[in-house]
Amino acid sequence: MSIAWGSLLVVLVVSLGASVLVVSLVAFALVGLGARTAGPDTRPATMSPATGTAVAVVCLVGAAAIVLYGLSVMIIK
Amino acid sequence: MDLSVIVIAVVITALVFDFTNGFHDTANAMATSIATGALQPRVAVVIAAVLNLVGAFLSVAVAKTISSGLVDDTEITPVVIFGGLVGAILWNLLTWLLGLPSSSSHALFGGLIGATWVAAGADAITFAGVVSKVLLPLVLSPIVAGLVALAATYLAYRITARGEEGTVRQGFTIAQIISASMVALAHGTNDAQKTMGIITLTLITAGSLPENAGPPLWVIATCGIAIALGTALGGWRIIQTLGRKISDIQSPQGFAAETTSAAVILTSAHLGFALSTTQVCTGSIFGASAGRRLASVQWGVAGRMALAWLFTLPAAAAVGAIASWVAATGTLGTVIVAVVGVAIAVGIYAASRRQPVTASNVNDVEAEPVPAGV
Repeated sequence: MSIAWGSLLVVLVVSLGASVLVVSLVAFALVGLGARTAGPDTRPATMSPATGTAVAVVCLVGAAAIVLYGLSVMIIK
Repeated sequence: MDLSVIVIAVVITALVFDFTNGFHDTANAMATSIATGALQPRVAVVIAAVLNLVGAFLSVAVAKTISSGLVDDTEITPVVIFGGLVGAILWNLLTWLLGLPSSSSHALFGGLIGATWVAAGADAITFAGVVSKVLLPLVLSPIVAGLVALAATYLAYRITARGEEGTVRQGFTIAQIISASMVALAHGTNDAQKTMGIITLTLITAGSLPENAGPPLWVIATCGIAIALGTALGGWRIIQTLGRKISDIQSPQGFAAETTSAAVILTSAHLGFALSTTQVCTGSIFGASAGRRLASVQWGVAGRMALAWLFTLPAAAAVGAIASWVAATGTLGTVIVAVVGVAIAVGIYAASRRQPVTASNVNDVEAEPVPAGV
């Protein structure tokens, strides 16, 4: 019986990396977007609106690129 | 036996299996989105159905072996496939009645193993393959997905802890819909393939297609439509279990769970390490639930699911064996199996109507409340 332990480890590492990266990028993007809408009744923003917008754009583009790569894997398979 | 009768029976039964595969697995992609209210139940299942249909057309890399090395392929006849499909369908229906997510692939493997055992004896079964391709993934799928989802969920909450609450909530809701759609698409590409492979190989066996032929367009289309129709029907009982009975899921958890499921399914498929879609998605939801607060997870539900997963192979094998044994007697046997199968399916449906779970009451379950701030 041969069990592809190497492949399993790769599955774990790659999926962990991809999931954590996408979730983190989206989370940072939302924090950035939140800086644009923070008002007097909300918590103080952690960054300026301009910085928040830039962070959000960069993070969302990164997340979208990973998702598009996932789609290409599905289609090319 | 007239070969055309059994071939027609296999094609119809394979499409019925594909249909049950669809409604059984709707929950994989959409349970968390429905539970968090990111999508209305009906809208969620329609989106999943459309993406399953699209997914079926995206790739036609149909499996060259039905059994994936679990049984001797030379012993697989249309009667064996028919028996295996009947076993898989009935197990899918029973677990749906109980609201338990279980692997349709493992049910199919179980049915084929039982049917092959009856047709060709125990020597035709590759038991090492059963361990490495069924039992091992059964244990590893939820663990791998659970660990990844746990880490992703923990980070999602940590990073957004100081974010503006409304933006974060709305953003995760949109992100959750996108990630759930990815899972639905991946499901369509993976699971519709199985039925395409079964029908194509049956047609090759019967001489209707040349050796090494790919699936004809009508096979691709009918398989895509069958899995999409099943998905559109919505396996509400399983959606309720995964969405509401494991934990009180919020959109960051749903997003982390679905992102993890998509990543694990795509990575494992790409590397040829066959993990069950259902077990991956279930593991992700448990991991995402634990990532917010470990104590909020209903571990009793996990125990029932684990039990169902353990019984999937032997139960489907037993039914597959009986169905194959009766069908092997001839056309009358095939008809008897079909009639009894339909009668049991109707009985299971009737039993489900005693406590119906529908789009209107799928979220009517009180999950364990989680204290504020966690």
